[in-house]
Parts: sequence; C-alpha cells; structure tokens
Amino acid sequence: MKRLFGMQDSLGAHSRPQIEKIERRLFLKQGLSLGAVTLLSGCDVTDAESVQKVLWRMSHWNDRVQAWLFDPNKLAPEFPESRITKPFPFNAFYSEAEVPKVDAASYQLEVAGLVREKKAWTLPELYALPQVSQVTRHICVEGWSAIGKWSGVRFGEFLRRIGADLTAKYVGFRCADNYSTSIDMPTALHPQTQLTLRFADQILPPQYGFPMKLRIPTKLGFKNPKHIVALFVTNEYPGGYWEDQGYNWFSGS
Amino acid sequence: MSSDNGAFVRVHPLLVRITHWINVLAVLIMVLSGWRIYNASPLFGFKFPSDWTLGGWLAGALQWHFAALWLLVINGLVYISYGVLSGHFRRKLLPVTPRAVLRDVGEALRGKLAHDDLRVYNAAQRAAYLGAIVLAVVLVLSGLAIWKPVQFQELAALMGDYEGARYVHFLAMVALLLFVVVHVAMVALVPRTLPAMLTGRARVPATAKGE
Repeated sequence: MKRLFGMQDSLGAHSRPQIEKIERRLFLKQGLSLGAVTLLSGCDVTDAESVQKVLWRMSHWNDRVQAWLFDPNKLAPEFPESRITKPFPFNAFYSEAEVPKVDAASYQLEVAGLVREKKAWTLPELYALPQVSQVTRHICVEGWSAIGKWSGVRFGEFLRRIGADLTAKYVGFRCADNYSTSIDMPTALHPQTQLTLRFADQILPPQYGFPMKLRIPTKLGFKNPKHIVALFVTNEYPGGYWEDQGYNWFSGS
Repeated sequence: MSSDNGAFVRVHPLLVRITHWINVLAVLIMVLSGWRIYNASPLFGFKFPSDWTLGGWLAGALQWHFAALWLLVINGLVYISYGVLSGHFRRKLLPVTPRAVLRDVGEALRGKLAHDDLRVYNAAQRAAYLGAIVLAVVLVLSGLAIWKPVQFQELAALMGDYEGARYVHFLAMVALLLFVVVHVAMVALVPRTLPAMLTGRARVPATAKGE
C-alpha cells in the first residue's frame, strides 16, 4: 500500500497552500491512509471505503452532540487588548499574495434564501449599522490560536433586520475567494457572532477578509468566512469548502 | 517455579479483560491520530513521522480521533463503574502507600519482585495502574477543554486556558506512553501475564493466599 512518505502535513507558518493541496489530493486518491495500523498488522486490514463511511457518520453524530452542548447564552472569554496577538497570523487555503481584491465602491452583499428583504447591501449601508467590538481568541482547526480585536454588526441583529426566518436550520456563505461555509442558526444568533467590518479598529484589511467577514468566537477559524459576498438562509444543508472534504461541520468551541 | 503444582484460578474478571483490550485499540487510535493532529501545529520543535500516524491528513486524523473518543470514553466509563461498584479497585488496587511503592519498585529493579500469584498486584503495579487511570481521565478532560474551550471554559481555565490544555493533553499522552512502555516491558519479563489477560486464568502456587 502506498504511504505518505516524508509528507509534511503542515508548517509552523500559517499558510501552507501547496502542501494542503498535495495532502488533499493524496487523501482523495487513496482514502484514509491507515499508516501505522497497516504497518503493525502487515496488511490492509480495513476496507478504506467502509471505514471512511463510519468515520463520516461519527462526524455527523458529533455535529448533533455539539449542537446539544451549545449554550446560546454562554459567551466566549474576552481578553484585554494587551493580550492581542501581534502580528495576527494570516491563514487561508492560498498564499497571502493570492488574497482577492474586492472593489469597495462596487461591493454588494447579496442576501438570499428564507429572508423577507432580499435587497443587496453596500458597504456604506453596512458601516452605518450599530457596531460592537470583541477581543476574543481565534482557534484554528490545526491547533494554534491567536487573540484579535474585531468590530462590526451583531449578526443576529442583522438577520432580524433582513427578516430572516430565524427558525431555519442554516445560514450559508459564499466568498470572493470561492470559499464557502455554513453554520447552524443558534450559532448565527449567538450574541458574539459578528458581521465583521473592522480589525484592530481599522477597516478590515484584505488579508483578514476585506470588506467583510463573519467572526464566530464559538467556532473554529475555518467557520469564520472572509470576503463574504453572499449569504443565504436555508433548511437544506449547504456544506462548505473544508466541510465537504472531511472537516467536522459544526466545529464549535 | 513454584506454580508447577498449583491450581488454575480466575485472575482477571471477564469485564476487565474485555475493557482492557478495547482500551488498547482505542488508545492506539487516539495516539496515532493525535500525533497527526499535533503535526498540524507542533507545540515543540519536532513532528511525528507521517508513517507513524493515522488519518492521512489533518481532517482524516480528526475524524479518527473524534470517533475513537467515544470508544475510549464509553469503555473507560464501563471499566471505572465496574471497578468502583464491584469493589474490584478496592480489592486489587488498594491500599497503596508511597513507602510500599518505593520498596516494590526497588525490588523490581533488582529483579527480586515475586510474581507467583497473578491475582495480587504488588504496590508498584497498583501505583502504575492507578496512575494510568488518572492519566486517562486527565487526557479526556484536557481533550474536552481543547475541543470546547467556550462551552467548557471553566474546565479549560483549570488547565491554563485553551493553550494550557494543549500542553496538559500532550504531556499526559507522553506520561501514558511511558506507562505503556513499562507495562509491556513487564509483560515481556513475566510472559505468563499475557495469556492471563486473554483467558482470565493462570496457575498460582498452592500456598498462595489469593485476594
């Protein structure tokens, strides 16, 4: 059986697009590498496809457990500004040079799905909404974490403002970098879930998601989409860029 | 050996044997997938060789880790409930005093520690098995703190917040593996303990007093 000789899975640095791509390709090609278990038993003990099926099912079960554990009133710890991580790491599935350039003047946030007012939003309109700030810990699925300051509109208030069906199951996001993700409605309505327009009191810089990202301190970093261009409310499971490849969907903290 | 003319007796209850071997599998999966997860953002200046890990990439390793977690926790709860409620822990693992542990470790290092009656654990064994149980509990709790640093933030705070819990989780893994290394080495030195953990039975000297 082919194994992943000398393959590194990630770097100390926070952007490793090439390696991530290679890894993904190998993963798709050979399913789950059983690595050491195979090594120990001397043969391919498991049918990779059925094992993978069980693992996906367990991941869905863990989604349900996490939804049950999620307390809509429990706030993520906030920190003094002195604890902010500098410089704050850049992280994406591509390198910093490939960050999408979004034109502020022509930018529009598209709103779709189970909402009453489907009108698109311009940046001045978003900046004019009531703004709040938070200093919270961003935790990456890789394990590292960093504390930052984000400011913007409470997402729950925004959803109410556009007349979203708050009993719907999901809110999905599409981004200028072709990223996508989706979250559960209880998390969308959490008081710290924020439609973020500023980072460290400055207009959100391109590497952190200009012109707008979603900040969710109760979820892992990859559930915090950047460069959002469209959001939609739905009852149909929308999945997401990383989720479709095997990362746990709920990924709540 | 004095056990030649002894009788075959029950050494390990069935439930202990079943949970022991399920635990071996669960810990193996947790450690190998855990190493892959560690590699995605190492706490120290090294990584585990990819071939010694499970999952193929980070998402695969996480899937394994959070699937085997249930096996580990449910199996562990069954074992601990049984151990407490049946009196198994009280009979087999207690009492254990630091003085007795030091004495037995000393004797073991000089090759003098007797293992004639597998029903009775010496003080070094008792301390080691209790230590392994405590480490497993610490591993699960620190894992919960890493998984849910918001929902279980009080637990995470006990371990120095999210980042502290990562170190606790890692160091407890290292300590548990040290236990495993010693444990397996002891089985190699006293090989008849291995069939005893499979069949539950072993020959003990006729003069042995049992539990």
